[in-house]
Amino acid sequence: MRNELLEMGCKELRDSISAGRVKSVAAAEAVFERIEKYEGAVGAYISTFKEQALRKAGEIDEKVSSGEAVGELAGVPIAVKDNMCTTFGATTCASRILENFHSPYNATVVERLLAADAVIVGKTNMDEFAMGSSTENSGLEKTSNPWDTSRVPGGSSGGSAAATAAGLCFAALGSDTGGSIRQPASFCGVVGLKPTYGRVSRYGLVAYGSSLDQIGPITRTVGDCALLMNVIAGHDSSDSTSIDEGTAAVCNYLEKLEEPIEGLKIAVVPEFVSGADKEVQKAITDAIELYKKLGAEIVEVQMPHLDYAIAAYYVIATAEASSNLARYDGVHYGHRTENPQDYIEVYTKSRAEGFGKEVKRRIMLGTYALSSGYYDAYYLKALKVRNLIRGDFGKVFEKCEAILMPVSPTTAFKIGEKINDPLQMYLSDIYTIAVNLAGIPGISIPCGFDKKGLPIGLQIIAPAFGEDKLLRIARMYEKETSWHKKKPEIKK
Amino acid sequence: MDYKVIVGLEIHVQLCTKTKMFCGCALSFGEEANSRVCPVCLGMPGVLPVMNKQAYEYAVLAALALNCKIAKFTKWDRKGYYYPDLPKNYQISQYDLPLSSDGFIEIPLESGQIKRIGIIRAHLEEDAGKNLHTGGDFSQVDLNRAGTPLLEIVTRPDMNSAAEVRALAVELQRVVRYLGVSEADMQKGHMRFEPNINLVVSKDGAEYKTPIAEIKNLNSFRALERSVEYEVQRQLDEFLETGEVMSVGNKSTRGWDDAREVTVLQREKEEAPEYRYFPEPDLVPVELTKEWLNEIKSGLCELPIQKQMRFVKEYGFSDYDAGVLTAERTTAEFFDGAVKAEGEPKRICNLLTQIGLKLANERGCSVAELGIEAEGLAELAKMVEAGGISATASSTIFEEMVKSGKGPQIIAKELNLIQKSDAGELEIIVDEVFKENPKAVDDVKSGGKKSQKARGFLLGQVMQKTKGQANPKVVSEILEKKLS
Repeated sequence: MRNELLEMGCKELRDSISAGRVKSVAAAEAVFERIEKYEGAVGAYISTFKEQALRKAGEIDEKVSSGEAVGELAGVPIAVKDNMCTTFGATTCASRILENFHSPYNATVVERLLAADAVIVGKTNMDEFAMGSSTENSGLEKTSNPWDTSRVPGGSSGGSAAATAAGLCFAALGSDTGGSIRQPASFCGVVGLKPTYGRVSRYGLVAYGSSLDQIGPITRTVGDCALLMNVIAGHDSSDSTSIDEGTAAVCNYLEKLEEPIEGLKIAVVPEFVSGADKEVQKAITDAIELYKKLGAEIVEVQMPHLDYAIAAYYVIATAEASSNLARYDGVHYGHRTENPQDYIEVYTKSRAEGFGKEVKRRIMLGTYALSSGYYDAYYLKALKVRNLIRGDFGKVFEKCEAILMPVSPTTAFKIGEKINDPLQMYLSDIYTIAVNLAGIPGISIPCGFDKKGLPIGLQIIAPAFGEDKLLRIARMYEKETSWHKKKPEIKK
Repeated sequence: MDYKVIVGLEIHVQLCTKTKMFCGCALSFGEEANSRVCPVCLGMPGVLPVMNKQAYEYAVLAALALNCKIAKFTKWDRKGYYYPDLPKNYQISQYDLPLSSDGFIEIPLESGQIKRIGIIRAHLEEDAGKNLHTGGDFSQVDLNRAGTPLLEIVTRPDMNSAAEVRALAVELQRVVRYLGVSEADMQKGHMRFEPNINLVVSKDGAEYKTPIAEIKNLNSFRALERSVEYEVQRQLDEFLETGEVMSVGNKSTRGWDDAREVTVLQREKEEAPEYRYFPEPDLVPVELTKEWLNEIKSGLCELPIQKQMRFVKEYGFSDYDAGVLTAERTTAEFFDGAVKAEGEPKRICNLLTQIGLKLANERGCSVAELGIEAEGLAELAKMVEAGGISATASSTIFEEMVKSGKGPQIIAKELNLIQKSDAGELEIIVDEVFKENPKAVDDVKSGGKKSQKARGFLLGQVMQKTKGQANPKVVSEILEKKLS
């Protein structure tokens, strides 16, 4: 039985708490009750902060009762992926090398959540250092898909998506380097937005592929997604790659959310739809039909360079990762090997013991790609491909407001099904990766279920800083459908 | 057999910005270990660098003074290598698009000539921390220095002697101090040198190039000069013994043993290092607009070598005097100010170099900070020039000006230091001295051995009677007239 509080959206809950109709403490308690019941089956969290959360909730209730103004997320229980630094609890990136790492500072997004009076429930499981598409690469915890616990939740933000879908929080933050928000959102039947690169500060997000990483919300509805964006989006002077207001101002994403886009032109790449599993194809085709019915014009387009997106991505992301992860060396913090013979052994043994298989694989790939003699053939070429992909998107956006495509070619696969076949695993990101390479926003929204009852996601992609329109286009669909209202029955 | 020395230099200059290159930590020297650090310079997970604008502007200013081309577009790169003093295990530096390139610096040679040394590039990067080896079976790391802005300057191999290498280092120190972009304090490691040295030996009509040796991390002018001298001799000896010549991969890295005054082999047969450079994705490239460049350019000043040459040419100073006057920008500008106030240049130079610098040195300040005005110094110089005061008196007056802040005229009057040059008044005194010393007068008049000595004695008596205030030149003339 679900507590009826848990049925509320973030905005509704926030409004109820701010108005004093609902106690923040009650909402937090409801979430923790549910965590106690289902976390064993789902395994969404690496750490939870019950005491701290209830204390914070109590403070918000006091503020409300004393008539003090409260923030935009007042009392809303939120989960944060464990690659965002917090001064409370550990920040592990689901890696043994950071298992006991306690950050001396909060990530900018965490500061923004706290300033908005959100109640942080816990930190969610993920693929180690966000490298993976199933959360099976976590070095610390196993996460299951709430719709079928024998299946993966997707990844790398699998914990955030599973927690949101299972009602173990009201919404969560994830990070997306090649699809890590959208793909798990799709697998878990929730909404996941990867914003434009630079829209949300990366300060305090433990880096994987710096030129691709972006933090975004994972929520149950498009409206919740807009609300979270209102809180986390914006310029941050601590992040040189964050976009200043002069270049592209942040808008109130909730303001016009209910207004449909007039004369909407949507692009579709036929091969991308037909490349997916039959049931996914059908759901996407139905979605396209629905947009037609809503008055949108569908334009078939070609994006010839997207075929090379995966190849380019695995060069660029791993190259950056090989450098970003160099700091985990056992010298300054994190896991250090016992009894090293010399400082070289501090490095080699600490890293050999601390990193998992996939992380090592990607470090080696990236190190190779950056080595002299290979740089031009791999890294430089990948950058050129990246530009061509940007060009493909640019051309489409000259005539269309958005592109529709699947999020993933399949629904959630079985735990263990692909873990020993990294190439197959990489291919599950085929529709999401190009969006990161182009630095543009993409959203995944629920658009159906397959015969096994597993959720299917629809991906909508917009030009840079087009989050407001993107959310409105997503909301047009959501308003007409009820996929997002369906809740998983979690089998323990 | 003949040989030519070929040296190129790599120099790291620490910029004197308020904060580090990519975070808000203050620059540090001598503070408690790891007390000037933050998550960014510690390389904590999730941190991001933000460029220090002042460091970039200082670097461009220095590059302008080095006659470099300034890039309108410059970017940052990561240079990867593992070392405990490098928290991220990569250094943020500049690789293929440095902020400046293709310049030169003019250095004074001992012959008085000026030599032009090419600059290949000057770029910005962050410094590493320090490994502390305090004994025991472990080392410690101090990251106070990590992230300090460094300007790396790479010269062409245009220097042909240890003396030229030293001259370049000294000149560069003067330049960055003039510009105010670095304290260039050698004791604090603000300038570090890495010379690349080899020889071109001519023997039996053929030329042989000896293998290049790079000497790492020299931090004094003396070590720089001595190590190059040593290395030249060592390479020559080695060539004569083995005949080995330069080839791909036989460059070596050597260290300088300061106590034994020898270079020591560190790495032989050095292969091209694998740094896996790639563009730093956490920083945006810098685009230098015309307006910004002009703003930076307004920080330029007349360079020390130009001032030095001007002083020699305009005022006929010796290279030595011009060098002393231009060693510090404040001294040179104080001199310029006094000349502008119409003091006689040579007198000002003498006052400054012989008295002013001594007083400044005693007080540990610059000449400009002595509390005297350039106009006051000009006035003092005028008084000396006019013969109104003696050299000794000028020293006393200068000191008193510094102490009391009073003008030279007032001090001279108060201390009764104005010379008596009135011939009539002095003649009376001379006559008195003659009366009191008839023997000496006779000695002078009689000529011979004792004459010169007796004349000196009489002059001394006059000076004594006037308490040193008689103009010796005038007294001599009176003696001459009366005794001949």
